[in-house]
Amino acid sequence: MLRFVVRRLLVAALTLVVISLVTFGLFFAVPSSPAKVMCGKNCTAEDIAQVERRLGIDQPLPRQYADFVGGVFAGRTYGEGDFRQDCPAPCLGYSFRNNQPVTEIVAQRAPVTFSIVLGGAVLWLGLGISLGMVSALRRGTAFDRAAIGVTLAGASMQVYFFGLILLYLLVYSTGLLPFPSYTPLTESPARWAAGLLLPWMTLGFLNSALYARLSRAQMLETLSEDFIRTARAKGLPARQVHTRHALRAAITPIVTIAGLDIGTSLGGTFITETIFGLQGLGKATVEAVQFLNLPVVMATVLLAAVFIVVANIVVDVLYAVIDPRVRLG
Amino acid sequence: MSDLSHPPPRTPAADATISVPEIQAGPEPAGRAAEFVGRSPNQLAWLRLKRDRTARASALTLLVAAVVALGAPLLGRLTGIDPTDKFVDRLNDFGMPIGYAGGISSDHWLGLEPGSGRDILMQLVYGLRTSLFIAFTSALLASCIGVAVGVLAGWARGWLDSLVNWLIDLTLAFPFLIFALAVIPILQDRFYSDREAPSPAFRVALIVATFGLFSWTYTARLVRGQVISLREREFVDAARAAGAGTAHILLRQLLPNIWAPILVTVSLMVPQFIAIEAALAFVNIGVTEPTPDLGRMIFNSIGYVASDPWYTLFPGLTIFLLVLAFNLLGDALRDSLDPRSTR
Repeated sequence: MLRFVVRRLLVAALTLVVISLVTFGLFFAVPSSPAKVMCGKNCTAEDIAQVERRLGIDQPLPRQYADFVGGVFAGRTYGEGDFRQDCPAPCLGYSFRNNQPVTEIVAQRAPVTFSIVLGGAVLWLGLGISLGMVSALRRGTAFDRAAIGVTLAGASMQVYFFGLILLYLLVYSTGLLPFPSYTPLTESPARWAAGLLLPWMTLGFLNSALYARLSRAQMLETLSEDFIRTARAKGLPARQVHTRHALRAAITPIVTIAGLDIGTSLGGTFITETIFGLQGLGKATVEAVQFLNLPVVMATVLLAAVFIVVANIVVDVLYAVIDPRVRLG
Repeated sequence: MSDLSHPPPRTPAADATISVPEIQAGPEPAGRAAEFVGRSPNQLAWLRLKRDRTARASALTLLVAAVVALGAPLLGRLTGIDPTDKFVDRLNDFGMPIGYAGGISSDHWLGLEPGSGRDILMQLVYGLRTSLFIAFTSALLASCIGVAVGVLAGWARGWLDSLVNWLIDLTLAFPFLIFALAVIPILQDRFYSDREAPSPAFRVALIVATFGLFSWTYTARLVRGQVISLREREFVDAARAAGAGTAHILLRQLLPNIWAPILVTVSLMVPQFIAIEAALAFVNIGVTEPTPDLGRMIFNSIGYVASDPWYTLFPGLTIFLLVLAFNLLGDALRDSLDPRSTR
């Protein structure tokens, strides 16, 4: 187990290094002049040179990359004298446009995205898996057929359309819900939940359609296996056969997909955030991209990659815990 | 999805030897022979597809969409409306269309865009062109790369295979949507200074290239697996014994045996690209004005959801129906090509 985890971590670290190299190269070597892009349209040649000096992008590229990596682990300092800016340990760069270390921006935005994704994931996993399971157990009934129809449509629905429909129906025309807003959980749990209900419903309903289809198919496959027949023959109550034996085996592939989906979403649910005007990581990326605010773009893309890589490892380990047939070695 | 990751070992070539009951076996009594028709696996798949009601309905929907998209200029000439025409005189002082349901009238069947006053039907029809063109070209590009890489990796084995596998893992670790979001404007900055407006074709090419470069992995994995399992079959040995070269074996012996799963992946890739392209346009990173685009229409409509929900409804419904029809057709195609997958 330990050996597996260590090897998995090493591969993950290597992947992250390559991704950071590619992203860095793309964002700092490809633009004709990163400093000019960051400075804006009204900058003179002198301003640009100053930006370059302050951010250290007058250095050769390998040196810049080394500085960046050094900043992430040990922190770094930008500029000198009056323009001195300290950027402590996990330094992801300095945004000239916001006059703020990127880490601070990320720290402000991440809780919003995390809240959206975690609440949504609870809804979509709970709803999706239970719907799929019930549908599989009642295969061929009216309930099953209705569930297939609804989930089929739901799986082809888009967040940007569904979210706006919900917004119109629940906020603008009936006033059942307030317009989404973010209140930190620590400040007021009730307002936190109320403000995020709409994005949770949007993500929850749409994704649950996919999970319901998936868990229905998995469940049907598992129910036809020999060990289920054995369990039934032993005289176990149906409830126990379905939950403890069938669901446990059927859920393994769902865990994989759920883990990756959650990991990907944590990097930024930019459509949901755009619809509901929530200032999360995704919105930060979209805004940064529009102004070509390179340090922020680079940091958010890298962070999204980190989430995916970490989610992969978590899924692999979870596998061994959930499925008795899997042994890590 | 699960049946795709475990492609059926059964192939048309193998089918021919096991044979299907329809194929005549031995001498038949005269007169009954007419009832037995020899059918290839492809013909059988086509028959199954034709019998499928959902497949027929979704194919018809897509056919209509394709005809409308291709015939967009014709429709424009017929109604005398150009997608760039602005009917400002039909908007009130607040920029909202005059009349019921977003200004639906005999001249403007789906009403007008609030603010700009453009005809929604024309925007929709031309947007359909953009959407379908980008989705199809990207799917084609991604599949070509995927098939080439997959065949190469499966056939070559050794370090090349490991390299390709690692490359696939790496590509999968990239946050595709966020990366596409970031890459497109940066690459555009490389080729155009901010003074000059980039040509719409350049933007489209950039989107297609990004989609293609990040979506080949699935096809590559699939093809690699198929090639590895087919490589050891007798018919490959036979071809080699008969003196066939590698190119002949790959192109004429292996590829015809794996076209079915490839076709299924292509048909399921198209709706994904339609959705992603619209998502990019939705955050204003996709196709730029004045090229009409469905996703950007929805983006523009956010501010009007409360006052003119029709503006959101039409493009949203179009994308939904398009994606649904493609998904249904893709599912039906998979079922007909792989008789063992029963749902």
